[in-house]
Amino acid sequence: MQLLTDFTSAILGLILSPLGVVLLLAIVAYLVSMRKATGFYAEHGREVHSLPFYNAAYVTLAVFIPPVLFLIAFSLIAPMIFEMLVKNAYQSHLLTLSDFQKSNFINNVFALSSGNITSKSSALITEASQYLASLKEVGSYIKWGGTIALAVIFGCLAYRSVGPRLRARNRVEIIVKTFLIICSIIAVLTTIGIVLSLVFESLRFFQKVPLSEFLFGMHWSPQTSIRPGQVSAEGSFGAIPLIAGTLLITFIAMLVAGPIGLMSAIYLSDYASPKFRSTAKPVLEILAGIPTVVYGFFAALTIAPLIRGWGESLGLSVASESALAAGLVMGIMIIPLVSSLSDDVINAVPQSMRDGSYGLGATKSETIKQVVLPAALPGIVSAMLLATSRAIGETMIVVMAAGLAANLTINPLEAVTTVTVQIVTLLVGDQEFDSAKTLAAFALGLLLFIITLTLNVIALRVVQKYREQYD
Amino acid sequence: MEVQSIESKKAEQTRQVEQAKKMSPAEETASQPQGPIKMSGKDVSVFYGEKQALFDVNLEILENSVTSLIGPSGCGKSTFLRCLNRMNDVIDICRVSGLITLEGEDIYNPELDVVELRARVGMVFQKPNPFPKSIYDNIAYGPRIHGLTTDRAELDELVESSLKKAGLWEEVKDRLTESGTGLSGGQQQRLCIARAIATRPDVILMDEPCSALDPIATATIEELIDDLRKNYTIVIVTHSMQQAARVSQRTAFFHLGKIIEEGETSQIFTNPRNKKTQDYITGRYG
Ligand SMILES: Nc1ncnc2c1ncn2[C@@H]1O[C@H](COP(=O)(O)OP(=O)(O)OP(=O)(O)O)[C@@H](O)[C@H]1O
Ligand SMILES: [Mg+2]
Repeated sequence: MQLLTDFTSAILGLILSPLGVVLLLAIVAYLVSMRKATGFYAEHGREVHSLPFYNAAYVTLAVFIPPVLFLIAFSLIAPMIFEMLVKNAYQSHLLTLSDFQKSNFINNVFALSSGNITSKSSALITEASQYLASLKEVGSYIKWGGTIALAVIFGCLAYRSVGPRLRARNRVEIIVKTFLIICSIIAVLTTIGIVLSLVFESLRFFQKVPLSEFLFGMHWSPQTSIRPGQVSAEGSFGAIPLIAGTLLITFIAMLVAGPIGLMSAIYLSDYASPKFRSTAKPVLEILAGIPTVVYGFFAALTIAPLIRGWGESLGLSVASESALAAGLVMGIMIIPLVSSLSDDVINAVPQSMRDGSYGLGATKSETIKQVVLPAALPGIVSAMLLATSRAIGETMIVVMAAGLAANLTINPLEAVTTVTVQIVTLLVGDQEFDSAKTLAAFALGLLLFIITLTLNVIALRVVQKYREQYD
Repeated sequence: MEVQSIESKKAEQTRQVEQAKKMSPAEETASQPQGPIKMSGKDVSVFYGEKQALFDVNLEILENSVTSLIGPSGCGKSTFLRCLNRMNDVIDICRVSGLITLEGEDIYNPELDVVELRARVGMVFQKPNPFPKSIYDNIAYGPRIHGLTTDRAELDELVESSLKKAGLWEEVKDRLTESGTGLSGGQQQRLCIARAIATRPDVILMDEPCSALDPIATATIEELIDDLRKNYTIVIVTHSMQQAARVSQRTAFFHLGKIIEEGETSQIFTNPRNKKTQDYITGRYG
C-alpha cells in the first residue's frame, strides 16, 4: 500500500514538473498534427512528401526537444548563478573568512534553503538562505515560463510548416541521426576522459618517481611517510615484481584455459551431438556468469589449502597464498571465454572445407588438425590474446588468492602480487591524495591499460586479416 | 594457340557425340565393351529428417565408364552421389536405407571403415573447396594421410603427375608453394580434381564440377574426364545435357527423388523411352 502511494505521488510529481508538462504538450502536439497530416494526406495522396506519421513526429519533436535542452541547461547553470548572487550579496561577510569557511558557509546556506538541518546555523546563514529561497522562486518562474514558451513557439512553427511539401521524413531522419551521434560521442568522450585523467595523474607520479625507476626498478614497497617530513620512508616503486607476478599468474591461467578451452570448443563444434551441444553451451555460459568474487573465495578457501596440502605431502613448501592457486582458478574462469570465442571461429570455417577433407578419406581428427585448425588459427590466436588481456586485468581472484608480497620469483608455489592487486591496496583506506603512493595507482593503471590495449589491438588485427581470407 | 586446340577438340567431341546419336542403341552396345559392375545401389531411399529425398533408387555403375546423373534441381542427384561414399554420414539428420555395394561389398556395413571407403571413392564438389594450404600441400594431403608414398621424391612425383592429369601443371609448376585459395575458380576446381586423383581412388564422384567454369576450362575438364575413364570409374552430376552427352557412356535421369530412366547415354539422348525424359532433355521441362 505504502509502495503504491509512493508510486502515485512520484508520478504526480513528474506530471506537475516542467518535464511532465512538456511530455503532455508533446502528446497533444502529436495528436493534433496527426489529424492535420492525415487530413491533407487523404486529400493529396501520393503527392504528399511524407507520411502522416513523419509530420506528426516532426511536430512532436519540435515541441519536446527545445524545452528539454533548456531544462538541462537551466539545471546545470542555475545553481552556479545562485551561488554567485549569494556570494555577491554577502561579499563583505565572506571576505573575513578563510577558503574553507567560505565553502562551508555556502554549503550551509544551500542545505538550509532546501530544508535540510545544518550543523552550524547562524542568523546570517538563515538570512542568506531566505535570500536564496527567493532567488530560487524567481528561477522557477523562469524555468516554467521558458519551458512552456519554447514548447509553444517551436510547436506552433512546426505545426504551421506541416504541409504536403514539407520534407518531414528527412528532417526526422536528421534529428534521429543527431541523437545517435550525440550518444556515441558521449561514449567516446568518456573513454578519452578516463584515459586522459590516467595519463595526467601518471605524469604527476613521474614527477615524484622517475619513469626509469618505475619501469625497471626491481623493488616494490610503497611505504610513504606517516608524518610529513619523514623523508626516509618514501618507499620504492619498481614495477618489475608486479609485472612478473602478473605474467606468472596469467601464464598459469592460460596454461589451464588455453588447452581446455580450445579442446572443448573443438569437441562442441565438431564432435558433440546437437543434443549435447545444446545443453553444454548454456552450462559454459553459466560458468562465464559466475561473479569473479565467487571464484576468488573458491581459490582462497578451497584450492589454495588443497595445493598446500598436496605440496606438503610431496615435501614442498607452499605459501598459503600461492600464484598457482590464483592462476588455476583464473584459468577456470576464462575457459568459457576461450571456448566460446574459439567455437565461433571454428564454426566459421566453411563446412565445404571439412567435406573436402572427409571426401579424401581423412578422419575427423585429421581433418581438424590439418584443415580446420590451420584455417581457424588466426581467429584462435586472437581469442587467446583477448583471454590473456582479460586475465591480466582480472582483479578479484588475485586480491583474494595471490597475496600482497611483491616477490620477484617464477616459482608458482610462492606468493606473488599483481598490478591489479597493488592498485587496490594502494587506494584502500584513507589516503593523502597527491602522495606518490596514491599516484602510483594511476601509473600502474596506465601500464595495465597499455598492455591490454596492445594485446587487444593485435588480436583485432589478426581477426581482420582472417576475415580478408574468407570473404 | 592453346585455346584453339581446346576448341577444336571440343568440336571434335561434339561431332563424336553427334555420330553416336546417329547410331542405334544396338550398334552402340556392340561397339563399346561394357566393364563389370563397379558400384550398385539397390532400393536406395534417403531421408532428411522426416522428408524423403530418394525413393527406392536402383542404379548400376560400370567400371571404367562415365555415368552421368541428370535431372531438374532438387531431384536428389547430389543426395545419391553423396550416398556412394557415405558423405551423407556427415549430415546429422540424414538416414539412408537400401543396399549400396562397391565391388559387391556393402558399403554401409558397420564393419567397413568409412575412411577407407572414401579413400577408394573420391569426391569433387560442386563448389571448389581448396584447403588454405599451399598448392603442393593441397595435392599431397590425401597421399600423406594414407601413407601412399615413402619418400619426398615419390611424393613430388605424385603431386606432379596428379597436377598434369588435371591439366594444371603448366599453370602452377612455378608456384607450388603459394596458397591454393589464391587460384582462379577454374584453377581451384582443377586443383580439387588433382587432389582427388592423387589419393588414387577407384571411383571419382563429381558434383557439377563445371558449374562455375568458363567454356574453355569446362572443355579442359571434360577432356580430363574422358582421359581419366581409362583408369577410373566416374560418376558425374551435371545440368548440361551437352556435357552429359559429350562425356558419359551411361546416363540416369532423376525426377522427384526417383530414377525415371537410365541406360546408354546415346540411347537416352536419341531414343528416350519415357516421355518425361524426352521433355527434359529437349528442354521442354518446366
Ligand atoms: N542437408 C539437407 N537437409 C535437408 N534436406 C536436404 C539436405 N540436402 C538436400 N536436401 C533435400 O533433398 C532433396 C534433394 O536434394 P539434392 O541436393 O540431392 O538435389 P540435387 O538434385 O542435387 O539438386 P541441384 O541440381 O539443385 O543440386 C531436396 O529437396 C533438398 O531440399
Ligand atoms: Mg546438387
